[in-house]
Amino acid sequence: MSKPLLQVKNLVVDFQTRAGNARVLDHVSLNVNEGEILGIVGESGCGKSMTALSIMGLIPSPPGQITSGSIKLAGQELIGLDIDSLCKIRGKEIGMIFQEPMTSLNPVFTVGEQIAESVRLHENASAKAAHARAIDMLKAVDIPEPETRARAYPHQLSGGMRQRVMIAMALACRPRVLIADEPTTALDTTVQAQIFDLLKDLQDEMGTAIIMITHDMGAIAELADTVAVMYAGRIVEMGQVNTVLSHPEHPYAKGLIACVPHLSNMPNPVRERLTEITGVVPALTDLGKGCAFAPRCNAVLDHCYQDKPDLTATQNNHLAACWAADMQSVK
Amino acid sequence: MTQDIALTVENLKVYFGGKRGLLPGRSNTVHAVDGLSFEIPAGTTFGIVGESGSGKSTTALAIMRLVHITEGNVTLKNTTISALEGEELRAARSRFQIVFQDPYSSLDPRKRARSIVREPLDLMNIGTKADRNAHVAELFRQVGLRPEQQALFPHQFSGGQRQRLGLARALSTRPELIVCDEPVSALDVAIQAQILNLMCDLQKELGLTYLFISHDLGVIQHICDTVAVMYLGEIVELADRQSLFANPRHPYTKALLNAVPSVNSSQRSSKGRTRLKGDPPSPINLPKGCRFASRCPQAEPQCSQFSPPLSERTNGHKVACFLAQ
Repeated sequence: MSKPLLQVKNLVVDFQTRAGNARVLDHVSLNVNEGEILGIVGESGCGKSMTALSIMGLIPSPPGQITSGSIKLAGQELIGLDIDSLCKIRGKEIGMIFQEPMTSLNPVFTVGEQIAESVRLHENASAKAAHARAIDMLKAVDIPEPETRARAYPHQLSGGMRQRVMIAMALACRPRVLIADEPTTALDTTVQAQIFDLLKDLQDEMGTAIIMITHDMGAIAELADTVAVMYAGRIVEMGQVNTVLSHPEHPYAKGLIACVPHLSNMPNPVRERLTEITGVVPALTDLGKGCAFAPRCNAVLDHCYQDKPDLTATQNNHLAACWAADMQSVK
Repeated sequence: MTQDIALTVENLKVYFGGKRGLLPGRSNTVHAVDGLSFEIPAGTTFGIVGESGSGKSTTALAIMRLVHITEGNVTLKNTTISALEGEELRAARSRFQIVFQDPYSSLDPRKRARSIVREPLDLMNIGTKADRNAHVAELFRQVGLRPEQQALFPHQFSGGQRQRLGLARALSTRPELIVCDEPVSALDVAIQAQILNLMCDLQKELGLTYLFISHDLGVIQHICDTVAVMYLGEIVELADRQSLFANPRHPYTKALLNAVPSVNSSQRSSKGRTRLKGDPPSPINLPKGCRFASRCPQAEPQCSQFSPPLSERTNGHKVACFLAQ
């Protein structure tokens, strides 16, 4: 296989806080190939959104800074690029869909103008051509009457429509990588299903690589090819979606899958207790030297409090950062 | 289990706005809840599921007497709470309590946890001061908080712990009904499981009756005994948990179930990919006939002419659809 389109290697991001240094990303490495959908899943505060923001060069600095690591888009290093070069990449090479379509759209411009803006900036298109592209994009994301809707302001559209506008905007310059940060969290299930179908169709047509950030394992199962599970700034498990979901290795990934009440068409007459992950996510300012999940883990070993486990291959292309999982695969 | 009915709702209607429209003859009434009827047996959980704008939260607020009820009766045991006013209503409020969705904005940031939980007891003048403090200590134990946390302020708690505080506050007056308006949707999945388990435990221990509102079908399936599916202010399907999920009959229920992304790969591949198109119609200008007709994959001409009543098919399974068996 050719080189991955987007390559993140040993990315470390620190935030200076009053409580001390918080390592929000700790040696995160991931690859995304062309036409592939990578899902990143985890609880709030695990670093999913920070990964996305680092790729876009949007880490708020200060207090944040990229301490070490590299982010390469088709071989080009993104860390340390000056702001002008970054602006050429943002929106053009890498598009991003933000979580809240209401707050990420500008309320005083029509949605057509907002989609056309990136086309005018990146492709030096005339106002007319950019507007035509905006209408095409609205059509591509299944918005009825695109000519009329292009003249609408964000408040005149429903939540699902606004999210479609966000997608149209992110895709207007046909980026090679699309980062979707919880694109459907604020939406109803039926609308979420429409957006997922749309993302899949667009990816088939344009071959865009998608990084999909979510806390919903179901969404990952539905959409992604590979998945990375994050906990306290580290990737704790990574692999093909089907392998990870059916045979999770890391106790956190196991817990994350088991603790959600899964919908079934044959509900068990006796109500089972949900599996709990006891305790709460630790503060990033005092993680200690061992595995960050150890205090909540149900398979914890003495060794876990001493050393941080690294991501190691357990089966083909399936990686887990867990001492207990390591032991099992050795056996 | 006794089959006493804890709550009866008859033909509940909540309209907003109304004759204040700018033009004469033109109505701006929002039909938020439009003729709901259901019963909740004591000691069980009744779930209402639906998308945003379907009227589920308004139903919760109407039962709590926090919005004006346009028409209909809400009866708790033998008291028609929809008819109470003033001091009588205030006194009756100890019998029905609510847990809100957002554990951040529903707790007073300037009060200590202990006073938040004790406030309903203080307001209702229940017991002596010593009794109240002992009861608060007991409530903290029941919801899984440590005694020393009584002195903390809300910002010192995590989201899940705050929702435990909200539960403790709702439990403090020993209510006959607890309305839970999306109590877990603001929480992370791992914490969500803790709260759902806690709610089940408390129900077993104290024989609580819940009205549980959620948009998450997985959660509804897990926690509810009876489920009502709402669409645009109406119940379109009402059945016990087994019957509803094993054999959904209304096309909207089917579409909702179909839209839930599944972790189970076998279930995923076998599912038909029928997606709902478009958005629900506006609750101001309601369509004539079935409210779902414009998005229904099976709609027939009669559906947009007449509105189907909610009628019983087999043992308690009620559907409002002309085409459903």
